Amino acid sequence: MKRIKCFAVILALALGAVFLRAQAPEGPIRIGFIVPLSGAFAQNGRDILNGFLLLLDEVGYRAGGRQIQLIVEDDEAIPAQTLTKARKLVESDRVHLMAGTLLASSGYALAPYVDAQQIPMVFPVVSSDDLTQRRRSKWIVRTGWTSSQPNHAFGEYAYRTLGYRTVATIALDYAFGWESVGGFQRTFEAEGGRVVQKTWTPISVHDFAPYLAQIPRDVDAVYALFLGRSAVQFMRQYAEYGLKGRVPLIGSGTTTDEAVLISMGDEAIGTVTALQYSAALDTPDNRRFTAAFRRRYNRTASYYGESMYTGGKWVLAAIEALGGRVEDRTKLLEALRAAKPTGLPRGPVELDEYGNPIQAIYIRRVDRVNGALQNTVIDTIPRVSQFWKFNPAEYLRQPLYSRRFVPGT
Amino acid sequence: MAGRDVARTVTARHVAVGAMALLLVAGPLFLGSYWIGLLTQIVILATLAMSLDILLGYTGLPSLGHAAFFGVAAYAVAVLSTTYRADFWTTVVAAVAIGTALAAACGLIVAHVRDVYFLMITLALGMVLWGLSYRWIPVTGGDNGISGIPTLDAHAGLPLSGPAAFYYVTLLVFLASAALMRTLVRSPFGLTLRGIRENEGRMRSLGFNTWLHCYLSFVIAGAFASVAGVMWAYYNGFVSPTYLDLTASSELFLMVTLGGPATLVGPVLGAGAIVLLKNVMSAYTARWLLILGIVYIVAILAAPRGIWNLGGRRSG
Repeated sequence: MKRIKCFAVILALALGAVFLRAQAPEGPIRIGFIVPLSGAFAQNGRDILNGFLLLLDEVGYRAGGRQIQLIVEDDEAIPAQTLTKARKLVESDRVHLMAGTLLASSGYALAPYVDAQQIPMVFPVVSSDDLTQRRRSKWIVRTGWTSSQPNHAFGEYAYRTLGYRTVATIALDYAFGWESVGGFQRTFEAEGGRVVQKTWTPISVHDFAPYLAQIPRDVDAVYALFLGRSAVQFMRQYAEYGLKGRVPLIGSGTTTDEAVLISMGDEAIGTVTALQYSAALDTPDNRRFTAAFRRRYNRTASYYGESMYTGGKWVLAAIEALGGRVEDRTKLLEALRAAKPTGLPRGPVELDEYGNPIQAIYIRRVDRVNGALQNTVIDTIPRVSQFWKFNPAEYLRQPLYSRRFVPGT
Repeated sequence: MAGRDVARTVTARHVAVGAMALLLVAGPLFLGSYWIGLLTQIVILATLAMSLDILLGYTGLPSLGHAAFFGVAAYAVAVLSTTYRADFWTTVVAAVAIGTALAAACGLIVAHVRDVYFLMITLALGMVLWGLSYRWIPVTGGDNGISGIPTLDAHAGLPLSGPAAFYYVTLLVFLASAALMRTLVRSPFGLTLRGIRENEGRMRSLGFNTWLHCYLSFVIAGAFASVAGVMWAYYNGFVSPTYLDLTASSELFLMVTLGGPATLVGPVLGAGAIVLLKNVMSAYTARWLLILGIVYIVAILAAPRGIWNLGGRRSG
């Protein structure tokens, strides 16, 4: 009984202590940051966070003449938890703006809340097309990409430059896969190419044998979309099944992202992918960033690590433009949308009027350089918008890419 | 001596319940909106945990798929209120009915097995329903889930809005559910369930239809889980497959075992402890899962029959 009483008293004290904590009117700029730091996506979340920490360290946690306080929360990659953490950051910590999250489902779960609370939020990674298209939210500024964005460019490139005419695709069976493959198929077929077969694998796939057996051997190339462990496993089995060297492998940027490339061997060499970033990008800004990232974390910077370094630059530029007066949320949102940060590792980026970046897409080929695998940039397609060369209004009248639906095919 | 002990036990328990009740009723008057949100979560998950307690604690049927009914009801709210634009009462009644009907259908499959077999079959059923939410994309939206569920006050036409108003609605639902469940477990039906838990063979030889009792217990637990699911959908404003995955079911299982099975109050404590630990701890350290794990182990060692049974009284 004593223990019960003790428990009750401790509970009451803990609750009391937290809500009585006074909120200073002026003080540091509070930035709320949500990523998965536990569970299956912890490493990706950690990379995203590390990119931000690196940047904040560089500026000494100051911008616009004010101190910056970063409040980090772990959402376990569970959308309901993402929302709970956002509530904590906005309603209890009273942050001035938020950034983060990884999964599309978390992004969609947050959007209505962000709009209702009118709190500016930066999405560095979540790439679901509709977040800046048909279901766009006023208060969300995306500094990352849409899933179909690099693939629109890549579909045309695969036909015109790589000279492929027939392609079979194999991809993870969820929105990210459909939007990526859909974007690729749309522009590839518009050029005159043909996607002869689309194979979808469950996200929990462990063995690719049954899927690889179905892939036709007479296509010009295979387009693969995987990430994390599934990318490593796919690459290995693609070689084991004798497809490597026989059918060229191309795919989404995540299939050979630096985060998974370190777990791959020679089987990955020669794979061509498209993304808005490569750690091997040979510009002064990127060389400086990758060196600093490696020095501090002893890891190669991946697109995840770069994402919030760039997203953070956006935040800092907006704060600087306002001279640190971030209390007016409407002004802060305007400043975020108008910000033009420079010195970004991925190269010049600007936001379109829908809140999504217009940026260069890099065609990357996996090579072994000085003993380590890297995504060598073999071509650059400048200024790619989320609508590619289509008219935005017409584009938005079509439904979103899905498992079966791809406009114009 | 023993009598005094019992008297003291009762008093301490009354104090604990009274303190909890006071916090639940008066809390929102002095708490900020984030803490009201956490209280709302606790109350909804407590309703859910109590419904599992009927099954796990009172009937002795360990279900690892209980979150499925919770999730299906939440999905029903999402689909009806967004895709079909159904009105409030249609949505709520249909959602609870769908969850309950599903429990009635699944009950036919699971009610004749016991112990670890029950665990495995409910686990499998839960995974099937999770898979359905994940892959039945035209209806469920797949991995992205469904967002844009109207707020409760807008949908039901309540004059009051805001977190405190929603909290008190949830609290009412919780109290009504708790009262119903309390009546149920103290009724002859509830006593029969306990009899089945202790010795099913004897109950059967006494002439009880133990299959029917287990079946009904499963359906009733599913119905209350659906009620919690409806509230959860309105609270979050979206649904996603994580509502009914294995993690959700096992966390629920932990709430009941941590708090004290077969007590109804225990699961409420368990729900409160886990929600608070998860949200308060993670604000201070990234290693909060480690701390949560240690808390579970200590709780199992120090209070094997749950926090609520710490005093040494036999559970009901």
